[in-house]
Amino acid sequence: MLDDFLTRALLAGLAVALATGPLGCFVVWRRMAYFGDATAHAAILGVALALGFQISIFLGTMVVALIMAMTVSMLAGRGWAMDTTLGVLAHSALAFGLVAVSFLPAVRVDLSAYLFGDILAVSRFDLAVIAGGSALVLGLILWRWSALLTATLNEDLAHASDVDPGRERLVLTLALAVVVAVALKIVGALLIAALLIIPAAAARNFARGPESMALSAVAIGGLSVWGGLQLSLAQDTPSGPSIVVMASLIFVTSTVGAALFQKRLGR
Amino acid sequence: MSLISATGLGVDYGGRRALFDIDFAIERGEIVSVVGPNGSGKTSFLRALLGVVPPARGKITRAKGLRVGYVPQRLHIDPALPLPVARFLSLPRRQSGADIADVLARVGVPDVARQNMTTLSGGQFQRVLLARALLVKPDILMLDEPTAGLDQPGVASFYRLIDDTRREMGCAVLSVSHDLHVVMSASDRVICINGHICCEGAPHVVRAAPEYRALFGFGTGGALALYQHDHDHAHDHAHEHAKAHDHG
Repeated sequence: MLDDFLTRALLAGLAVALATGPLGCFVVWRRMAYFGDATAHAAILGVALALGFQISIFLGTMVVALIMAMTVSMLAGRGWAMDTTLGVLAHSALAFGLVAVSFLPAVRVDLSAYLFGDILAVSRFDLAVIAGGSALVLGLILWRWSALLTATLNEDLAHASDVDPGRERLVLTLALAVVVAVALKIVGALLIAALLIIPAAAARNFARGPESMALSAVAIGGLSVWGGLQLSLAQDTPSGPSIVVMASLIFVTSTVGAALFQKRLGR
Repeated sequence: MSLISATGLGVDYGGRRALFDIDFAIERGEIVSVVGPNGSGKTSFLRALLGVVPPARGKITRAKGLRVGYVPQRLHIDPALPLPVARFLSLPRRQSGADIADVLARVGVPDVARQNMTTLSGGQFQRVLLARALLVKPDILMLDEPTAGLDQPGVASFYRLIDDTRREMGCAVLSVSHDLHVVMSASDRVICINGHICCEGAPHVVRAAPEYRALFGFGTGGALALYQHDHDHAHDHAHEHAKAHDHG
Protein backbone atom coordinates (compact mmCIF):
# COMPACT_ATOMS: atom_id res chain seq x y z
CA MET A 1 0.00 0.00 0.00
CA LEU A 2 2.97 2.27 0.68
CA ASP A 3 4.02 1.71 -2.94
CA ASP A 4 1.46 4.23 -4.05
CA PHE A 5 2.91 7.74 -4.03
CA LEU A 6 -0.49 9.20 -3.26
CA THR A 7 -0.92 7.03 -0.17
CA ARG A 8 2.52 8.04 1.05
CA ALA A 9 1.73 11.70 0.44
CA LEU A 10 -1.55 11.47 2.30
CA LEU A 11 -0.03 9.61 5.26
CA ALA A 12 2.85 12.08 5.48
CA GLY A 13 0.46 15.02 5.40
CA LEU A 14 -1.80 13.52 8.05
CA ALA A 15 1.18 12.76 10.25
CA VAL A 16 2.32 16.37 10.05
CA ALA A 17 -1.22 17.58 10.79
CA LEU A 18 -1.13 15.59 14.03
CA ALA A 19 1.83 17.66 15.17
CA THR A 20 0.92 21.05 13.70
CA GLY A 21 -2.60 20.99 15.20
CA PRO A 22 -1.69 21.25 18.89
CA LEU A 23 1.58 23.11 18.27
CA GLY A 24 -0.25 25.62 16.07
CA CYS A 25 -2.67 26.29 18.94
CA PHE A 26 0.22 27.31 21.15
CA VAL A 27 1.63 29.45 18.35
CA VAL A 28 -1.73 31.25 18.18
CA TRP A 29 -2.29 31.48 21.96
CA ARG A 30 1.21 32.83 22.58
CA ARG A 31 1.16 35.14 19.56
CA MET A 32 4.16 33.41 18.04
CA ALA A 33 3.03 33.62 14.42
CA TYR A 34 6.04 35.62 13.29
CA PHE A 35 8.24 33.42 15.44
CA GLY A 36 7.06 30.43 13.42
CA ASP A 37 7.75 32.30 10.20
CA ALA A 38 11.30 33.17 11.20
CA THR A 39 12.03 29.60 12.19
CA ALA A 40 10.52 28.16 9.02
CA HIS A 41 12.35 30.59 6.74
CA ALA A 42 15.63 29.61 8.37
CA ALA A 43 15.01 26.12 6.98
CA ILE A 44 16.17 27.27 3.53
CA LEU A 45 19.54 28.14 5.00
CA GLY A 46 19.50 24.67 6.55
CA VAL A 47 18.85 23.13 3.13
CA ALA A 48 21.79 25.01 1.64
CA LEU A 49 24.12 23.93 4.44
CA ALA A 50 22.91 20.33 4.30
CA LEU A 51 23.52 20.14 0.55
CA GLY A 52 26.88 21.90 0.93
CA PHE A 53 28.12 19.54 3.65
CA GLN A 54 26.28 16.57 2.19
CA ILE A 55 24.36 15.72 5.31
CA SER A 56 20.69 14.82 5.67
CA ILE A 57 18.30 17.64 4.72
CA PHE A 58 16.14 16.80 7.74
CA LEU A 59 19.11 17.16 10.04
CA GLY A 60 20.36 20.35 8.41
CA THR A 61 17.01 22.12 8.51
CA MET A 62 16.30 20.97 12.04
CA VAL A 63 19.62 22.25 13.37
CA VAL A 64 19.37 25.63 11.66
CA ALA A 65 15.70 26.00 12.63
CA LEU A 66 16.63 25.15 16.19
CA ILE A 67 19.41 27.74 16.24
CA MET A 68 17.05 30.34 14.84
CA ALA A 69 14.29 29.46 17.29
CA MET A 70 16.71 29.61 20.24
CA THR A 71 18.05 32.96 19.07
CA VAL A 72 14.56 34.42 18.81
CA SER A 73 13.58 32.95 22.15
CA MET A 74 16.68 34.45 23.79
CA LEU A 75 16.10 37.87 22.24
CA ALA A 76 12.49 37.77 23.42
CA GLY A 77 13.73 37.02 26.93
CA ARG A 78 15.88 40.14 26.81
CA GLY A 79 12.93 42.29 25.94
CA TRP A 80 13.76 43.19 22.35
CA ALA A 81 10.93 44.76 20.38
CA MET A 82 9.76 41.47 18.95
CA ASP A 83 7.70 42.50 15.97
CA THR A 84 10.56 44.30 14.26
CA THR A 85 13.25 41.88 15.38
CA LEU A 86 11.29 38.91 14.09
CA GLY A 87 10.59 40.68 10.83
CA VAL A 88 14.32 41.28 10.38
CA LEU A 89 15.24 37.71 11.29
CA ALA A 90 12.53 36.01 9.23
CA HIS A 91 13.38 37.75 6.01
CA SER A 92 17.14 37.75 6.55
CA ALA A 93 17.09 34.00 7.12
CA LEU A 94 15.21 33.48 3.88
CA ALA A 95 17.48 35.79 1.88
CA PHE A 96 20.66 34.29 3.31
CA GLY A 97 19.34 30.82 2.55
CA LEU A 98 18.53 31.67 -1.06
CA VAL A 99 21.92 33.28 -1.58
CA ALA A 100 23.66 30.32 0.04
CA VAL A 101 21.86 27.86 -2.24
CA SER A 102 23.06 29.81 -5.28
CA PHE A 103 26.67 29.15 -4.24
CA LEU A 104 26.24 25.40 -4.42
CA PRO A 105 28.13 24.23 -7.50
CA ALA A 106 26.92 21.50 -9.80
CA VAL A 107 24.12 20.40 -7.53
CA ARG A 108 20.80 20.21 -9.15
CA VAL A 109 18.77 22.05 -6.60
CA ASP A 110 15.09 22.28 -7.24
CA LEU A 111 14.57 25.26 -5.00
CA SER A 112 10.81 25.38 -5.47
CA ALA A 113 10.53 21.95 -3.81
CA TYR A 114 11.98 23.48 -0.64
CA LEU A 115 10.09 26.73 -0.87
CA PHE A 116 6.69 25.24 -1.67
CA GLY A 117 7.03 21.60 -0.71
CA ASP A 118 6.90 18.43 -2.73
CA ILE A 119 4.52 16.15 -0.93
CA LEU A 120 3.94 13.89 -3.95
CA ALA A 121 7.64 12.99 -3.93
CA VAL A 122 7.65 11.65 -0.36
CA SER A 123 9.67 8.42 -0.30
CA ARG A 124 9.26 5.54 2.14
CA PHE A 125 12.25 6.82 4.06
CA ASP A 126 10.85 10.38 4.09
CA LEU A 127 7.57 9.02 5.37
CA ALA A 128 9.32 7.19 8.20
CA VAL A 129 11.22 10.32 9.23
CA ILE A 130 8.12 12.54 8.97
CA ALA A 131 6.02 10.09 10.98
CA GLY A 132 8.78 9.74 13.57
CA GLY A 133 9.28 13.50 13.91
CA SER A 134 5.55 14.16 14.15
CA ALA A 135 5.14 11.44 16.77
CA LEU A 136 7.98 13.00 18.75
CA VAL A 137 6.36 16.46 18.68
CA LEU A 138 2.92 15.11 19.50
CA GLY A 139 4.32 13.07 22.38
CA LEU A 140 6.26 16.03 23.73
CA ILE A 141 3.18 18.28 23.68
CA LEU A 142 0.89 15.66 25.22
CA TRP A 143 3.42 15.01 27.96
CA ARG A 144 3.83 18.71 28.81
CA TRP A 145 0.25 19.74 27.98
CA SER A 146 -0.87 21.03 31.36
CA ALA A 147 2.42 22.74 32.15
CA LEU A 148 2.51 24.31 28.68
CA LEU A 149 -1.00 25.66 29.12
CA THR A 150 -0.20 27.07 32.56
CA ALA A 151 2.96 28.76 31.31
CA THR A 152 1.04 30.15 28.33
CA LEU A 153 -1.55 31.67 30.64
CA ASN A 154 0.79 33.61 32.89
CA GLU A 155 4.44 33.14 33.77
CA ASP A 156 4.15 34.26 37.40
CA LEU A 157 1.18 31.99 37.92
CA ALA A 158 3.21 29.15 36.44
CA HIS A 159 6.08 29.83 38.84
CA ALA A 160 3.73 29.76 41.80
CA SER A 161 2.46 26.35 40.60
CA ASP A 162 6.01 24.98 40.31
CA VAL A 163 5.96 25.14 36.52
CA ASP A 164 9.10 26.64 35.01
CA PRO A 165 7.97 28.84 32.09
CA GLY A 166 11.51 28.86 30.68
CA ARG A 167 11.50 25.09 30.36
CA GLU A 168 8.10 25.07 28.69
CA ARG A 169 9.27 27.73 26.23
CA LEU A 170 12.19 25.47 25.40
CA VAL A 171 9.82 22.55 24.81
CA LEU A 172 7.86 24.63 22.30
CA THR A 173 11.04 25.87 20.65
CA LEU A 174 12.28 22.29 20.18
CA ALA A 175 8.88 21.14 18.90
CA LEU A 176 8.82 24.00 16.42
CA ALA A 177 12.25 23.13 15.03
CA VAL A 178 11.26 19.48 14.54
CA VAL A 179 7.99 20.47 12.88
CA VAL A 180 9.80 22.78 10.49
CA ALA A 181 12.15 19.96 9.51
CA VAL A 182 9.36 17.46 8.83
CA ALA A 183 6.88 19.89 7.25
CA LEU A 184 9.43 21.23 4.77
CA LYS A 185 8.67 18.38 2.38
CA ILE A 186 4.91 18.86 2.78
CA VAL A 187 4.25 22.58 2.25
CA GLY A 188 7.73 24.11 1.94
CA ALA A 189 9.49 26.74 4.02
CA LEU A 190 7.29 29.62 2.92
CA LEU A 191 4.03 28.00 4.02
CA ILE A 192 4.93 26.02 7.14
CA ALA A 193 3.71 28.82 9.38
CA ALA A 194 0.40 28.76 7.49
CA LEU A 195 -0.04 25.10 8.36
CA LEU A 196 0.48 25.99 12.02
CA ILE A 197 -1.71 29.05 12.24
CA ILE A 198 -4.65 28.60 9.87
CA PRO A 199 -6.09 25.32 11.23
CA ALA A 200 -5.74 26.61 14.81
CA ALA A 201 -7.40 29.91 13.92
CA ALA A 202 -10.23 28.08 12.17
CA ALA A 203 -10.66 25.78 15.18
CA ARG A 204 -10.92 28.77 17.54
CA ASN A 205 -14.24 29.74 15.97
CA PHE A 206 -16.12 26.87 17.52
CA ALA A 207 -13.85 25.35 20.18
CA ARG A 208 -15.13 25.45 23.77
CA GLY A 209 -11.86 24.62 25.49
CA PRO A 210 -8.14 24.28 24.78
CA GLU A 211 -8.33 20.52 24.25
CA SER A 212 -11.20 20.69 21.80
CA MET A 213 -9.41 23.48 19.94
CA ALA A 214 -6.29 21.33 19.53
CA LEU A 215 -8.31 18.32 18.35
CA SER A 216 -10.27 20.44 15.89
CA ALA A 217 -7.04 21.94 14.57
CA VAL A 218 -5.74 18.42 13.89
CA ALA A 219 -8.96 17.52 12.09
CA ILE A 220 -8.91 20.71 10.02
CA GLY A 221 -5.24 20.21 9.18
CA GLY A 222 -5.97 16.64 8.07
CA LEU A 223 -8.93 17.74 6.00
CA SER A 224 -6.82 20.43 4.35
CA VAL A 225 -4.13 17.90 3.43
CA TRP A 226 -6.70 15.55 1.93
CA GLY A 227 -8.54 18.33 0.10
CA GLY A 228 -5.31 19.92 -1.10
CA LEU A 229 -4.09 16.64 -2.55
CA GLN A 230 -7.40 16.13 -4.37
CA LEU A 231 -7.22 19.64 -5.78
CA SER A 232 -3.62 19.14 -6.80
CA LEU A 233 -4.45 15.88 -8.61
CA ALA A 234 -7.59 17.14 -10.30
CA GLN A 235 -6.31 20.53 -11.43
CA ASP A 236 -2.56 19.87 -11.51
CA THR A 237 -1.96 22.67 -9.01
CA PRO A 238 1.15 22.79 -6.78
CA SER A 239 0.40 20.54 -3.81
CA GLY A 240 1.80 22.62 -0.91
CA PRO A 241 -0.08 25.81 -1.77
CA SER A 242 -3.21 23.73 -2.55
CA ILE A 243 -3.17 22.38 1.01
CA VAL A 244 -2.92 25.92 2.41
CA VAL A 245 -5.70 27.10 0.08
CA MET A 246 -7.92 24.36 1.49
CA ALA A 247 -7.05 25.38 5.05
CA SER A 248 -7.89 29.00 4.23
CA LEU A 249 -11.25 28.02 2.75
CA ILE A 250 -12.07 26.07 5.91
CA PHE A 251 -11.02 29.09 7.98
CA VAL A 252 -13.32 31.42 6.05
CA THR A 253 -16.21 28.96 6.25
CA SER A 254 -15.78 28.47 9.99
CA THR A 255 -15.44 32.21 10.64
CA VAL A 256 -18.55 33.10 8.66
CA GLY A 257 -20.41 30.15 10.12
CA ALA A 258 -19.52 31.14 13.68
CA ALA A 259 -20.57 34.74 13.06
CA LEU A 260 -23.95 33.68 11.67
CA PHE A 261 -24.47 31.22 14.52
CA GLN A 262 -23.72 33.88 17.13
CA LYS A 263 -26.07 36.29 15.43
CA ARG A 264 -28.83 33.72 15.64
CA LEU A 265 -28.07 33.14 19.32
CA GLY A 266 -28.01 36.85 20.01
CA ARG A 267 -31.39 37.40 18.39
CA MET B 1 9.83 28.37 61.74
CA SER B 2 8.69 31.15 59.43
CA LEU B 3 6.85 30.23 56.23
CA ILE B 4 9.07 32.51 54.18
CA SER B 5 11.92 34.67 55.34
CA ALA B 6 14.32 36.99 53.59
CA THR B 7 17.56 38.45 54.88
CA GLY B 8 19.41 41.34 53.28
CA LEU B 9 17.26 40.84 50.18
CA GLY B 10 17.96 42.97 47.14
CA VAL B 11 16.26 42.76 43.73
CA ASP B 12 17.25 44.45 40.50
CA TYR B 13 14.70 45.37 37.88
CA GLY B 14 15.60 46.67 34.43
CA GLY B 15 19.25 47.11 35.45
CA ARG B 16 18.46 49.27 38.47
CA ARG B 17 18.13 48.53 42.15
CA ALA B 18 14.44 48.00 42.84
CA LEU B 19 14.85 46.73 46.39
CA PHE B 20 17.66 46.68 48.93
CA ASP B 21 18.35 45.58 52.52
CA ILE B 22 15.02 43.87 53.06
CA ASP B 23 14.72 41.71 56.18
CA PHE B 24 11.37 40.00 56.29
CA ALA B 25 9.56 37.00 57.71
CA ILE B 26 5.97 35.84 57.74
CA GLU B 27 4.57 33.33 60.22
CA ARG B 28 1.79 30.77 59.91
CA GLY B 29 -1.67 32.41 59.94
CA GLU B 30 -0.37 35.96 59.88
CA ILE B 31 -1.85 38.71 57.68
CA VAL B 32 0.82 41.03 56.39
CA SER B 33 0.16 43.90 54.03
CA VAL B 34 2.83 45.55 51.95
CA VAL B 35 2.03 49.08 50.93
CA GLY B 36 4.03 51.50 48.87
CA PRO B 37 3.60 54.04 46.09
CA ASN B 38 3.86 53.01 42.42
CA GLY B 39 7.40 52.01 41.49
CA SER B 40 8.34 51.37 45.11
CA GLY B 41 9.35 47.78 44.35
CA LYS B 42 6.44 46.11 46.10
CA THR B 43 5.62 43.88 43.15
CA SER B 44 9.31 42.99 42.76
CA PHE B 45 9.26 42.03 46.44
CA LEU B 46 6.36 39.64 45.91
CA ARG B 47 7.88 38.17 42.75
CA ALA B 48 11.16 37.55 44.54
CA LEU B 49 9.36 35.73 47.35
CA LEU B 50 7.46 33.69 44.74
CA GLY B 51 10.75 32.72 43.11
CA VAL B 52 9.99 34.38 39.78
CA VAL B 53 12.99 36.71 39.94
CA PRO B 54 16.22 35.59 41.58
CA PRO B 55 17.48 37.81 44.40
CA ALA B 56 20.44 39.94 43.36
CA ARG B 57 21.61 40.13 46.95
CA GLY B 58 20.75 38.39 50.20
CA LYS B 59 18.72 35.21 50.42
CA ILE B 60 15.20 33.85 50.72
CA THR B 61 14.28 30.79 52.76
CA ARG B 62 11.00 28.96 52.31
CA ALA B 63 9.60 26.35 54.67
CA LYS B 64 9.90 22.81 53.27
CA GLY B 65 6.90 21.78 51.16
CA LEU B 66 5.39 25.26 51.35
CA ARG B 67 2.15 25.51 49.38
CA VAL B 68 1.64 28.93 47.87
CA GLY B 69 -1.67 30.23 46.54
CA TYR B 70 -0.93 33.13 44.24
CA VAL B 71 -3.42 35.73 42.99
CA PRO B 72 -1.80 37.85 40.30
CA GLN B 73 -2.40 41.54 39.78
CA ARG B 74 -3.91 41.07 36.35
CA LEU B 75 -4.34 38.07 34.20
CA HIS B 76 -4.71 38.78 30.54
CA ILE B 77 -6.24 35.83 28.74
CA ASP B 78 -5.76 35.97 25.02
CA PRO B 79 -9.15 35.83 23.28
CA ALA B 80 -7.67 33.15 21.03
CA LEU B 81 -7.60 30.79 24.01
CA PRO B 82 -11.03 29.37 24.86
CA LEU B 83 -10.87 28.61 28.58
CA PRO B 84 -13.88 27.65 30.70
CA VAL B 85 -13.59 28.48 34.41
CA ALA B 86 -13.54 24.80 35.44
CA ARG B 87 -10.65 24.12 33.06
CA PHE B 88 -8.74 27.12 34.37
CA LEU B 89 -9.09 25.84 37.92
CA SER B 90 -7.63 22.50 36.81
CA LEU B 91 -4.34 24.05 35.69
CA PRO B 92 -1.81 22.65 36.10
CA ARG B 93 -3.29 19.85 38.21
CA ARG B 94 -6.65 18.19 37.54
CA GLN B 95 -9.25 18.94 40.20
CA SER B 96 -12.42 16.96 40.79
CA GLY B 97 -15.76 18.48 39.81
CA ALA B 98 -16.83 18.41 43.47
CA ASP B 99 -13.74 20.35 44.60
CA ILE B 100 -14.31 22.92 41.88
CA ALA B 101 -17.98 23.36 42.84
CA ASP B 102 -16.97 23.69 46.51
CA VAL B 103 -14.32 26.31 45.97
CA LEU B 104 -16.47 28.36 43.59
CA ALA B 105 -19.27 28.36 46.16
CA ARG B 106 -16.81 29.40 48.86
CA VAL B 107 -15.66 32.45 46.91
CA GLY B 108 -19.25 33.41 46.07
CA VAL B 109 -19.47 32.59 42.36
CA PRO B 110 -21.17 29.17 42.34
CA ASP B 111 -22.61 29.37 38.84
CA VAL B 112 -19.65 30.21 36.63
CA ALA B 113 -17.92 26.81 36.22
CA ARG B 114 -18.93 26.41 32.59
CA GLN B 115 -18.53 30.04 31.63
CA ASN B 116 -15.58 31.21 29.56
CA MET B 117 -12.99 33.18 31.56
CA THR B 118 -13.21 36.16 29.21
CA THR B 119 -16.95 36.58 29.83
CA LEU B 120 -16.59 37.13 33.60
CA SER B 121 -17.05 40.52 35.24
CA GLY B 122 -14.06 42.07 37.04
CA GLY B 123 -15.31 40.98 40.45
CA GLN B 124 -16.12 37.45 39.31
CA PHE B 125 -12.72 37.16 37.65
CA GLN B 126 -10.85 38.07 40.84
CA ARG B 127 -12.93 35.57 42.81
CA VAL B 128 -12.09 32.83 40.33
CA LEU B 129 -8.40 33.71 40.63
CA LEU B 130 -8.74 33.43 44.39
CA ALA B 131 -10.57 30.10 43.98
CA ARG B 132 -7.66 28.75 41.98
CA ALA B 133 -5.22 29.87 44.67
CA LEU B 134 -7.33 28.16 47.35
CA LEU B 135 -7.46 24.82 45.50
CA VAL B 136 -3.85 24.08 46.42
CA LYS B 137 -4.82 24.31 50.12
CA PRO B 138 -2.23 27.00 50.60
CA ASP B 139 -0.09 27.63 53.67
CA ILE B 140 0.17 31.17 52.40
CA LEU B 141 -1.91 33.27 50.04
CA MET B 142 0.04 35.85 48.08
CA LEU B 143 -2.00 38.61 46.51
CA ASP B 144 -0.67 41.30 44.21
CA GLU B 145 -3.08 44.25 44.16
CA PRO B 146 -5.94 41.77 43.89
CA THR B 147 -8.61 44.44 43.81
CA ALA B 148 -7.23 46.67 41.10
CA GLY B 149 -10.14 47.64 38.87
CA LEU B 150 -12.90 46.79 41.36
CA ASP B 151 -15.27 49.43 42.67
CA GLN B 152 -15.28 50.26 46.35
CA PRO B 153 -18.00 47.83 47.50
CA GLY B 154 -16.28 45.17 45.37
CA VAL B 155 -12.95 45.88 47.07
CA ALA B 156 -14.47 45.73 50.54
CA SER B 157 -16.28 42.47 49.88
CA PHE B 158 -13.20 40.92 48.31
CA TYR B 159 -11.03 41.67 51.32
CA ARG B 160 -13.80 40.49 53.59
CA LEU B 161 -13.74 37.20 51.68
CA ILE B 162 -9.97 36.94 52.17
CA ASP B 163 -10.45 37.57 55.87
CA ASP B 164 -13.11 34.84 56.15
CA THR B 165 -10.98 32.44 54.15
CA ARG B 166 -8.00 33.03 56.40
CA ARG B 167 -10.09 32.33 59.45
CA GLU B 168 -11.49 29.09 58.00
CA MET B 169 -8.35 27.74 56.36
CA GLY B 170 -5.76 29.15 58.72
CA CYS B 171 -3.43 30.25 55.94
CA ALA B 172 -1.13 33.24 56.14
CA VAL B 173 -1.90 36.16 53.83
CA LEU B 174 0.66 38.42 52.22
CA SER B 175 -0.92 41.10 50.14
CA VAL B 176 0.58 43.95 48.21
CA SER B 177 -1.55 46.99 47.78
CA HIS B 178 -2.00 50.66 47.62
CA ASP B 179 -5.59 50.31 48.85
CA LEU B 180 -4.30 51.43 52.20
CA HIS B 181 -7.50 51.78 54.13
CA VAL B 182 -9.08 48.42 53.40
CA VAL B 183 -5.84 46.51 53.73
CA MET B 184 -4.95 48.11 56.99
CA SER B 185 -8.04 47.17 58.95
CA ALA B 186 -7.55 43.45 58.36
CA SER B 187 -3.77 43.28 58.80
CA ASP B 188 -1.76 42.02 61.74
CA ARG B 189 1.21 43.91 60.40
CA VAL B 190 1.81 46.51 57.73
CA ILE B 191 5.09 46.98 55.91
CA CYS B 192 5.63 50.25 54.17
CA ILE B 193 8.06 49.86 51.29
CA ASN B 194 9.87 52.33 49.08
CA GLY B 195 12.96 50.52 47.78
CA HIS B 196 13.63 49.48 51.33
CA ILE B 197 11.38 48.97 54.36
CA CYS B 198 10.49 52.47 55.55
CA CYS B 199 8.51 51.39 58.55
CA GLU B 200 6.52 48.45 59.79
CA GLY B 201 4.26 47.43 62.60
CA ALA B 202 0.62 47.24 63.59
CA PRO B 203 -1.67 49.29 61.32
CA HIS B 204 -2.15 52.12 63.82
CA VAL B 205 1.60 52.32 64.45
CA VAL B 206 2.43 52.58 60.76
CA ARG B 207 -0.34 55.07 60.21
CA ALA B 208 1.24 57.38 62.76
CA ALA B 209 4.82 56.86 61.58
CA PRO B 210 6.47 59.93 60.05
CA GLU B 211 8.02 57.77 57.26
CA TYR B 212 4.55 56.64 56.24
CA ARG B 213 3.23 60.19 56.36
CA ALA B 214 6.13 61.30 54.20
CA LEU B 215 5.24 58.73 51.55
CA PHE B 216 1.48 59.03 51.52
CA GLY B 217 0.78 62.43 53.08
CA PHE B 218 -2.14 63.16 55.35
CA GLY B 219 -4.83 62.97 52.72
CA THR B 220 -5.85 59.41 53.59
CA GLY B 221 -6.35 60.14 57.27
CA GLY B 222 -10.09 60.46 56.99
CA ALA B 223 -10.48 57.36 54.88
CA LEU B 224 -8.39 55.37 57.32
CA ALA B 225 -10.61 56.39 60.17
CA LEU B 226 -13.56 55.11 58.17
CA TYR B 227 -12.17 51.59 58.31
CA GLN B 228 -11.15 51.72 61.92
CA HIS B 229 -14.60 50.99 63.23
CA ASP B 230 -15.95 47.51 63.78
CA HIS B 231 -16.30 46.23 60.26
CA ASP B 232 -18.62 43.32 60.89
CA HIS B 233 -21.88 45.00 60.11
CA ALA B 234 -20.66 47.99 58.19
CA HIS B 235 -18.92 45.77 55.66
CA ASP B 236 -21.57 43.11 55.72
CA HIS B 237 -23.74 45.59 54.02
CA ALA B 238 -21.12 46.43 51.46
CA HIS B 239 -20.57 42.72 50.94
CA GLU B 240 -24.17 42.01 50.09
CA HIS B 241 -24.28 45.00 47.87
CA ALA B 242 -21.21 43.88 45.94
CA LYS B 243 -22.58 40.39 45.49
CA ALA B 244 -25.81 41.69 44.05
CA HIS B 245 -23.72 43.87 41.80
CA ASP B 246 -21.64 40.96 40.60
CA HIS B 247 -24.57 38.90 39.54
CA GLY B 248 -26.50 41.78 38.10
